[in-house]
Amino acid sequence: MKELHLNKREEYMNLSLEIIKVKSPISEFWRKFKKQKLALFSFFFILFLIVLSIIGPYIVPYGTTEPDYKNILSGPSVKHWAGTDAYGRDIFSRIIAGTQISLFVGLVSVLLGAVGGTILGIISGYYGKWVDRVIMRICDVLLAFPGILLAIGIIAILGPGLGNVVIAVAIFSIPIFARIVRSSTLSVKSTLYVEATKSVGAKHKRIIWKHIFPGTVSSIIVYFTMRIGTAILTAASLSFLGLGAQPPSPEWGAMLSGGRDYLNTAPHVTFFPGMAIFVTVLAFNLLGDGLRDALDPKIEE
Amino acid sequence: MFRFVAKRLLEIIPILFLVTILIFLFVHLIPGDPARLVAGTDATIEDVEVVRKELGLDKPLHIQYFTYMGNLLQGDFGTSLKTKRPVIEEIGSRFMPTFWLTFWSMVWAVIVGLLIGAISATKRNKWQDYLGMFGAVSGLSLPSFWLGLMLIQLFAVTLGWLPTGGLDSWKSYILPAFTLGTGVAAVIARFTRSSLMDVLKEDYIRTGRSKGLTERKIVWGHGLRNAMIPVVTMTGLQFGFLLGGSVVIETVFSWPGLGKLLIDSVSYRDYPIIQTEMLLFAVEFILINLVVDLLYGILNPQIRYE
Repeated sequence: MKELHLNKREEYMNLSLEIIKVKSPISEFWRKFKKQKLALFSFFFILFLIVLSIIGPYIVPYGTTEPDYKNILSGPSVKHWAGTDAYGRDIFSRIIAGTQISLFVGLVSVLLGAVGGTILGIISGYYGKWVDRVIMRICDVLLAFPGILLAIGIIAILGPGLGNVVIAVAIFSIPIFARIVRSSTLSVKSTLYVEATKSVGAKHKRIIWKHIFPGTVSSIIVYFTMRIGTAILTAASLSFLGLGAQPPSPEWGAMLSGGRDYLNTAPHVTFFPGMAIFVTVLAFNLLGDGLRDALDPKIEE
Repeated sequence: MFRFVAKRLLEIIPILFLVTILIFLFVHLIPGDPARLVAGTDATIEDVEVVRKELGLDKPLHIQYFTYMGNLLQGDFGTSLKTKRPVIEEIGSRFMPTFWLTFWSMVWAVIVGLLIGAISATKRNKWQDYLGMFGAVSGLSLPSFWLGLMLIQLFAVTLGWLPTGGLDSWKSYILPAFTLGTGVAAVIARFTRSSLMDVLKEDYIRTGRSKGLTERKIVWGHGLRNAMIPVVTMTGLQFGFLLGGSVVIETVFSWPGLGKLLIDSVSYRDYPIIQTEMLLFAVEFILINLVVDLLYGILNPQIRYE
């Protein structure tokens, strides 16, 4: 009798496990995500870019500063697929080598911003009261400056250079992440299971790490992906303005800026680096859109 | 309504206060001795001391802040280190070109964004929707300076229809305003689509359909009007994006505005100009957000009583 009872319980547990398996958030996410062909394609394209950024400098046909004096400002040809610039450097090779810089700047600056913003957002939302007010006021002040202006201000303080661009973009991402994470923290905090954990005497540290942080992850992931596109654009803009990467760096924005003077005679010098920025940012934005739709429980097919 | 306006006005005071502190501290945040940096690397010790006096860096910090605020309230923003002219004169002549550039960018962005968004929402999952939304995400991903240069190449250099840069006539506005507005049009289109799609699910739309209103009247008359409320907020926030974007676009089009002055000042380390411009942009952004908030209160009376 007792055995039968146990078996039944086991059976029941297996059944419930199976239900959980079918409805697990990750498989649900994957089921929705793989339906979005554009986002899926973007995902693989970004993986390809990451591989390219690692092996790119070793497989390019020409060095990034290698001049070809016979072909200065020549258009696309079999020898130089994207033509050459004012110093006879191969634009295609420079763009491939520049992938590293753009991806690095985008990923690192947003990662720094996301980590900083998440910490502040969780503290603000979880502890509330004066801590919340102080953190949110600081965010308000930082958000009072339009994004790129804040970055220009920070560079005016720190001086031009790619490293400072990373810091500047990270700083203006912090308040945005902080606000998003704060609002998801507030909604997770008021759920019944967090109340329950609290009432059985769990410590703050445990509640934050085991319950609050995992609850905010999906909104962080979506925003993280979308933000990388913006960060790459901002960094390229700053380099274009002469505040970021300096020549002869093969940074795409800096390359574009170098081509400005030859717009009449050699538009390809500006065209190809711009295409590279556009395609990369587009891939991150499409991936972000796909992730948002797949992670949003409200959206059904 | 009065209470609502008063509450919103009171709320921006602490923010304005903190913004002025941050901008005041700007020069002090520079690593090293700001006076030496401003004076330049080959300046003598006397030169550095002159600059220190000029910037008032020799007094205690809180006194410096009060002097700074006192001057600000009297309309004295200091003198440019580069031209030695008062900052207000330098900035004054450049305010209107930037204002009109952002204004016209916004006008075209709102018209095009609303149109694309509304068409995409009503033709959901048809080719118009896919085209519109792919166009919008592309608009978001375009580097504006690149778009600007390509447009110059096509319409100014090759075809010769429009000027390559500068501000001479109304024709000068077309390319920069188009370039600057593209990203904003994309955001508005995406936002209008999702907002209108939510509204079109509402009961009163079904009522409209069942009493035999034409589809056009339902979408443009009832749907879009109600979908506008969140769109207005979003559009207001995009003004900040335009102000920031104008810095880049003005450099591309050699526009005689605030953005170009800012970039020139950064490379010259002309701190009084940088500080004043940052303050101006921040105040402008805060005021626009305030106007949007008030507008929101007018469009949606529920907000007022929260």
